[in-house]
Amino acid sequence: MRRGGSARASETRSGWLFVSPVIIVLGLFLVAPIVIAFWVSVSDWNGRGSPLSSGVSFVGADNYRQLLTEDSLTRSDFATSLRNNFYYVLIVVPIQTVLALALALLLNQRRLKGLSFFRTSYYFPSVTSSVAIASVFLFLFAGGGSVNALLGIFGIDGPQWFADPRGVLHIMLGWVGIGGGADGAGPAALTSRDFLGLTWWDWLSGPSVAMLTIIALVIWVSAGGYMLLFLAGLQNISADVYEAASIDGASRWRTMRSITIPLLRPTLFTVLTLGLIGTWQVFDQVYIMSKGNPGKTTLTPAFLSYDQSINNGQWGSGTAMSFVLFAIIIVFTAIQSLILRDRDSSTRGFFGRLRSQPVGAPPQHPTSTTGPTT
Amino acid sequence: MSRKTTTAAVAACLTGVLALAACGGGGGFDNGGGSGATQPPASGPVTIKFMITSNGPADVKLQQDTVKAWETKTGNKVEVVAASDINQQLTQGFAAGSPPDVFFTDANVFPTYAKAGNMLAYGDQLDMKSDFYDGLVKTFTYDNKFYCAPKDFSTLALIVNTDLWTKAGLTDADVPKTWADLETVAKKLTTGGVKGLVIGDTRDRVGAFMKQAGGWITNADQTQMTADSPENLAGLQEVQKLLASGSTSYPKGVDSGWGGEAIGKGKAAMTIEGNWIKGAVKSDFPDLKWKAFELPEGPKGKGTLSFTQCYGVASASKNQAAAVDLVKYLSTAEPALALAKGLGVMPSLKSASDGYKAAFPDEAAFLAGAEYAQGPVTVAGMDPVLKDFDTQLQGLPGADPKAMLARLQKNGDAVLK
Repeated sequence: MRRGGSARASETRSGWLFVSPVIIVLGLFLVAPIVIAFWVSVSDWNGRGSPLSSGVSFVGADNYRQLLTEDSLTRSDFATSLRNNFYYVLIVVPIQTVLALALALLLNQRRLKGLSFFRTSYYFPSVTSSVAIASVFLFLFAGGGSVNALLGIFGIDGPQWFADPRGVLHIMLGWVGIGGGADGAGPAALTSRDFLGLTWWDWLSGPSVAMLTIIALVIWVSAGGYMLLFLAGLQNISADVYEAASIDGASRWRTMRSITIPLLRPTLFTVLTLGLIGTWQVFDQVYIMSKGNPGKTTLTPAFLSYDQSINNGQWGSGTAMSFVLFAIIIVFTAIQSLILRDRDSSTRGFFGRLRSQPVGAPPQHPTSTTGPTT
Repeated sequence: MSRKTTTAAVAACLTGVLALAACGGGGGFDNGGGSGATQPPASGPVTIKFMITSNGPADVKLQQDTVKAWETKTGNKVEVVAASDINQQLTQGFAAGSPPDVFFTDANVFPTYAKAGNMLAYGDQLDMKSDFYDGLVKTFTYDNKFYCAPKDFSTLALIVNTDLWTKAGLTDADVPKTWADLETVAKKLTTGGVKGLVIGDTRDRVGAFMKQAGGWITNADQTQMTADSPENLAGLQEVQKLLASGSTSYPKGVDSGWGGEAIGKGKAAMTIEGNWIKGAVKSDFPDLKWKAFELPEGPKGKGTLSFTQCYGVASASKNQAAAVDLVKYLSTAEPALALAKGLGVMPSLKSASDGYKAAFPDEAAFLAGAEYAQGPVTVAGMDPVLKDFDTQLQGLPGADPKAMLARLQKNGDAVLK
């Protein structure tokens, strides 16, 4: 690139001037905290004074090594939190995506009356304070709450939702004769081996009954928000395409499979990416509803990292946890982007793809967003 | 990567570095490590920031009223701040180098703060040091230094709903003296939706049974774990037996957050709680008629647990002399008694106990516990281990108490080694 004339230089200058507020704000509130947090994770800072002061020294990867390799309570807690969050992601992401898509398809029908009413009511949970919703769910799922009263009508004796640490998968495995059910011991083959301080049997517990209530809450809250993204995507699909399909005599199912879903792929990517990131970082519901209880089955890495830092003063391992979580999120998102890869533009990298599809943007060909090259 | 993105990345990094430099450049971060050094007194009247935990505006007002006499005497001002999450707020203050001058410090977090050098060890400057209960002084001693003045304390007692008690045909003679008695009355008091006894599912309640059986989590000077002892096992097995019999339950089993709520809602006839139940019952369940008795004896005699807080003074405080003076004032009989009365807890001064007894003759059971109460474990880094034990305790009555204690022993050993 050649050096431009003075006009061009001043253009560049004013360009920088205009973006500088954003750069400064992002730098101060996003980049700097992340950089400092990373420094804390490789230092022996104990929470007193600035982490950048002279008394704090570099300890290399010690915090990470202790967290991941040393047999300790911290490691088994971290493993427990990863397990809990993994099952949480595994259930929440597919269900909320499918539900959001289904709601969007329902609302996209032109014949539907009172469209904006439904749209608003589905979206409502997403804009309501998560604290308020969590409190309402606490009442709903209390042992003598509405949910159990409803189950009682059908003669089902509901569990003590928030007090029930039993793993759902353990219960189911118990039905087919593997292990002694939720309270009993697992088969020796699985309990004798462990990974990160947690036996294989414990890894296989599945989400606990208490975790299921948080899962239900989150799906209910977030499906409406993602529905709006799908709705925007659907409305950007030209009616001509559907018309052409109906002239060709395509069935509704075929139209859905061959037109709607492929054309929604960018939106689908956005929803899945946001969903994955959001679910791996779950914090507020846990903080309000359970604080990791019962039996640590609702402990998540984000909450554990907070607890480890603020309440136990172990800032090094606390921040190390959040960076391990960061790595996990990157890996999951990369895998997901690989699976959903758009074959036409497979040369573009992961970040290029992210940038070309802002939230809720209509599906576009990637190249159309890149500006004119100089 | 195009040139544009490189420039942007460089700019972003530069901003980050600048921000770091700005943080590092500020004064007050390298405020030394000497936790014992008293800084020179500031000249003229100062404003002391005093962070407290409270159950409501009434507590804050009480605190403000109590410090008024000191304000008039010294000309200093006290700004009382009620924390919403004191641990988090203090942590932020310590990191920023600007913590409140004086703050309530719970015995649980005290060792963590003391170890990090966040607290001033001013205990030896107090002339009323010998008037504090010995157990409380021991609780707030870390590394052989007496750090901070105990504010007040509470002990556990057996709280009984007297209406349900008489309804079940029980009299004063039936007040349980032993574990066997407790099992009997708990069974008698259990009807339909009411459990005879509801106890919190943590070491802070269940631990009393361990104490009554002659055990405890650590040895007396907290240098060794003694978790996997037969005494502790006997204590846990008693709790297991009670829970399994159906006469006893954890609060969650009766849809309550804690024992006080269970007894207040009429879902429990008895519970084991501390002095704080008085204030809670008064505000939430004013109709409840209750009485407190000493906890029943176990095989090795009486046992209860005590809980306490102290007045922490920040080592980063600029007004340490005035802060310590304020604490000295608060630790004299008159304000201590006024605070204790208002909050329903017991004054930490032995000389104030008569005044307390005179004011609250019905609560002798709590004060009686002071003689033999076990204080909390105060070892830095032990909190997660104890929380893990709490998690294990939630598994009773199904889970194996022996395995719980072995796990506690193993995790605790790793901290103490």
